[in-house]
Order: sequence, then C-alpha cells, then structure tokens
Amino acid sequence: MGRIALIAAAILFALLTIVVPVAAILARAFADGTGAWLAAVTAPDTLAALWLTVLTALIVVPINIVFGLCAAWAIARFRFPGRRALLVIIEIPFAISPVVAGLCFLLVFGAYGPVGQALQPYGIQLMFNLTGIVLVSLFVTCPFVLREVLPVLQADGEDEERAALTLGASGWQIFRLVTLPRVTWALLYGATLATARAIGEFGAVSVVSGAIRGRTMTLPLQVEALYNDYDATGAFAAATVLALIAMLTLALRGLIAAFHPVRGARA
Amino acid sequence: MFRRVATAAAVVFTLLGSGTQAQERQLLNVSYDIARELYAAINPAFLAQYDSAAGLTIEQSHAGSSKQARAILQGLQADFVTFNQVLDVQVLADAGLVAADWRERFPNNASPYYSLPSFMVRAGNPKGIEDWDDLAREGVSVVFPNPKTSGNARYTYLAAWAYGLAHNNGDEAAARDFVDRLLSNVAVFDTGGRGATTTFAERGIGDVLVSFEAEVANIVATNDDYESVVPSQSILAEFPVAVVERVATAKGTEEVANDYLQFLYSTEGQTILASFNNRVHDPAVIKTNSERFPDLDLVTVEDVFGSWETAQKTHFTSGGVLDQLLSD
Repeated sequence: MGRIALIAAAILFALLTIVVPVAAILARAFADGTGAWLAAVTAPDTLAALWLTVLTALIVVPINIVFGLCAAWAIARFRFPGRRALLVIIEIPFAISPVVAGLCFLLVFGAYGPVGQALQPYGIQLMFNLTGIVLVSLFVTCPFVLREVLPVLQADGEDEERAALTLGASGWQIFRLVTLPRVTWALLYGATLATARAIGEFGAVSVVSGAIRGRTMTLPLQVEALYNDYDATGAFAAATVLALIAMLTLALRGLIAAFHPVRGARA
Repeated sequence: MFRRVATAAAVVFTLLGSGTQAQERQLLNVSYDIARELYAAINPAFLAQYDSAAGLTIEQSHAGSSKQARAILQGLQADFVTFNQVLDVQVLADAGLVAADWRERFPNNASPYYSLPSFMVRAGNPKGIEDWDDLAREGVSVVFPNPKTSGNARYTYLAAWAYGLAHNNGDEAAARDFVDRLLSNVAVFDTGGRGATTTFAERGIGDVLVSFEAEVANIVATNDDYESVVPSQSILAEFPVAVVERVATAKGTEEVANDYLQFLYSTEGQTILASFNNRVHDPAVIKTNSERFPDLDLVTVEDVFGSWETAQKTHFTSGGVLDQLLSD
C-alpha cells in the first residue's frame, strides 16, 4: 500500500512538473497549425539564434573536453601544490549564479575592465559578440567533463599506466593507448552534459549578449524576446526546437550511459 | 587529433575575427524592450528614402533601457539609442558617450514621440472608471507594475501624484493621502509592464490596468475583452533618442545615425510612429489621427516635480515617499 502510494506520488510529481509543461509547450507551438510553426522556426532571426547556439556549443564543448581531460589527469596522477585548490576552483561555476558570472566577465572583459581596456586600442572587443558568449559558456560548462572523468581515473588507479611506462611507452602513448580508452565513456558523458548546459544557458549569456537581434541572440534569449514581443507562437516554436535539441542530447546521454562500463553497471 | 584541434582553433579565430571587422555599413539601434516591431517597421521606410542606402543594414537590440544603458557603458557598440527613460540617456551623456547637450540636438527635447499613463478596463467598463479618482475609490482593484522596478510604473505613480496635487490645490498632504488610497487598491505589483499585462489579461485580476496609452491601444485593437479609457489628466512620458557619438565617430556612422533619428521627425516617420499608437508632434499626422488620441491635460515631470533627479530622490530611493506609503 505504502509502496503504491509512493510510486503514485513520484509519477504524479513527474507528470505535473515535467510532462505537463513540456506537453503544453508543444500544444501551444502547434496551436496555429504546422505551417505557422514552420514559418516561426524558419524566421531569419530565429534561425540565426539557432545557428549561434549550435556554433557556441561546437566551440565550447571541444575546448571543455581538452581542458577537462588535462585537468582531470593532472589532479588524478600528480601531486602538486595547489592541487586541492584547483579542485575547488573548478567547481566554482556550479556554485555561482550564472547572472553573477556574466557580470564578473563584464567587469573584467568589458570596456571598463582591465582586460577590455587593454585590448581597446587594438580595436578588439570581447563582450557583446560571439567571443563574449563563448567565454561565459566556457565558464558555466567548465566542470562537467572533469567531474565525470576524474572519478574514473581515480578509481582505476595508475597500475596499468606504470606498467606501460616500464615497457617503454612515451607519455603521449600512455595517454592515448592506456588512459584515454578507459575514460572515453565518461568523457562523452561529461561532454553531453556540457552540451546541454551550453545550449540552454540563459542568465550568463543574457548579460554579455547585447541582445542584437539576428546576431548575438542565442535560442534561449530568442525565446524570451519573442515572448516579450507578444509573439507567443514564435516563442513556443523556438522553445520546441530548444526542447528537441535537449531531448536529443538526453537520448545521447542515455545511450552513452547504457554502454558506459561503470554507469551501466550502476544503473 | 592535435591537427584537428589546431584546424578547429584556426576556424574559430577566423570567425571571431570576421565578427569584429567590416561593420562600417551596419547601424545598431539599441532600444527599449517592447519597441522591436515599431523599429522593424521604420527601418525599411528609412532605407527606401535614403540616398546612400546601398549595403546599409540596421540592427536592433531590445531590452530594459537601464540594462541597455549599462551594456553601452560596458562597450556595446550602439550607433544610437531610442529609449523610454530620459535618465538612461543622461547616464550615457554623463559618461561622455553621448553629447552633453543631447536634449537640444533634436526637436522636442530629443523625443520624437511620446505617450502617457492611461487605463485599460474590462469590456463595458463595469466599475465605471473614468479618471484617476476612480482608482482610489473603495472596491476598485488596480493593476500596474512596481514603481521600484518598472519605469512604466514610475510614470503611473507620478501621474497619480500630479492628479492628486492638481485636484487639491497643490496640497501635498491631500495628494499624499490620495496616492496612498490608490496604492492600497493595487492588487498585484508585478516587476514589469509585461507581467502586469499578463496578470490583468490572462489571470483576470483587477478592474483596471494602468500602462502607457500606446500599450493599451495596441492590446485593445486586437481584443474585444478590454476597453481603453483615457483620463482627464496624465503625465508626459518621453521617448528620448540620441546618437552615441563616441561609437558613431569611431565607426564613421555619425551622419547616417543622425539622418535616421531625423527621419523619425519626418511626416513619414511620424505616421509610422502614430500607427503604433504613439503620440507625435507633426500637425498633419496629429490631424489624421485625432480620433485615436483624445485631448487631455498633460503635465511634465519637470513642471510638477522639478526634475527626474529630484523625483527619483524624493519618491523612489530607499526610504523615500513610495517606501513610506507602501509600508504603512
């Protein structure tokens, strides 16, 4: 009896908080017919926002993979001063509100910030364009890959890497042939999480975007802007595209988790 | 793998580089949040009559005008601004980005159009709301955003004060009592104009929504559930424009930015502005739109309160008159 009540409560909660809102988005987006939806999705500004969002993820995620791998390896395999501090620092983006993160970037890289001011004479502007959006997206997605890869490296230990070393393998060979194959799934898992976050980020991007229609608007910003323009169909159509990308990422994550040796066993 | 990363990096830097150059034929209009459609209608009209329009594109940025002013201070490359708050342009002038005498650079205090706080009631006007004193009546539920967070609502609040002063022979205490009664009738203080409209229209709360006349008229035009009521007196809400000289001079767009803002004062520009229910200055356009804009007594913030700065200091700062009225 208690079990049934518990399950019913869980299902009801999921229905109310997840399924109903998502279904409402779909219903609202297609309320005026598929033609209206298609027209809204292919509106130039919305297409531009979609492209900017995808481009941002395409730049941010590979950088994150490289950085996350390097940092995870360094933390797992080497003892160096500041190692614990590095662990804490990398977690900061999880703790800081994205809006605050955006403001921090403005303070440093904006026209009056130390970096922004230093670059101004050269005509280089970092905020209110793609660079700014990429920088804050890097910030908010920074911990994901590391967080997934580090536990795997730590759990597996370094015996096999030592063995490879004694057999005369170079550092690069060890990394490529011994370490990388073991963390591949964790890496991909972290990368999909980072992708989802990069695509969905609103607060931090909103601060540094400059809100130029068709140029510096990412899809989440575009959804809000359209909604504020009383263009409900356009807003919800754009929202369905965003939801679709999120679901694809989620499906990819599920697929990876299924093949993931560690996660698969746990799930 | 390294080669691939290097190639990707090269692509990225090329993309970033192309983003920072070749902008001299782009104008950026940084504007307030609900003006996108208005300027999307003005842009093609301006380009159609402009001599050297070839290759010229006009981009638009819309958000709350205080946020926009901040972004420009931090380096957003705006060629000109079209705001709904005088103070937000003044901030740019104080920082040296906009000419100190920007109010004299264009006619009518650099405000090509204006609006005023006005009322939207439910169809048939069941509570018989005609003027500001009806909003302070017992049993009337009023909706407008929080004057602390919304420029729109600051105008509403000051308009109520101005009405209270005018109808009590300038007696401050009586006006204060009037505004106090009106504020106690407010059902919900949303943070912004859009939120207040949603509260009134979609959640069905309140007997009257107070917002800019242009906002009210745009909603009433497409919806039979509401009616527009213009009070006997209101306060002038200016929509100031200015060239951001520091940016425009560097980009070489000063002249075309000036021409664009000048176009807003032309008969054609004023006609488009009026079609979005903004009040304009062009006599011919006023005449053809006379039934759209009923006559009323308009006062200015400067006339009643001295200046925006003093109004801000007296009423809206922490512990100011607004806070006192809301807390008792």
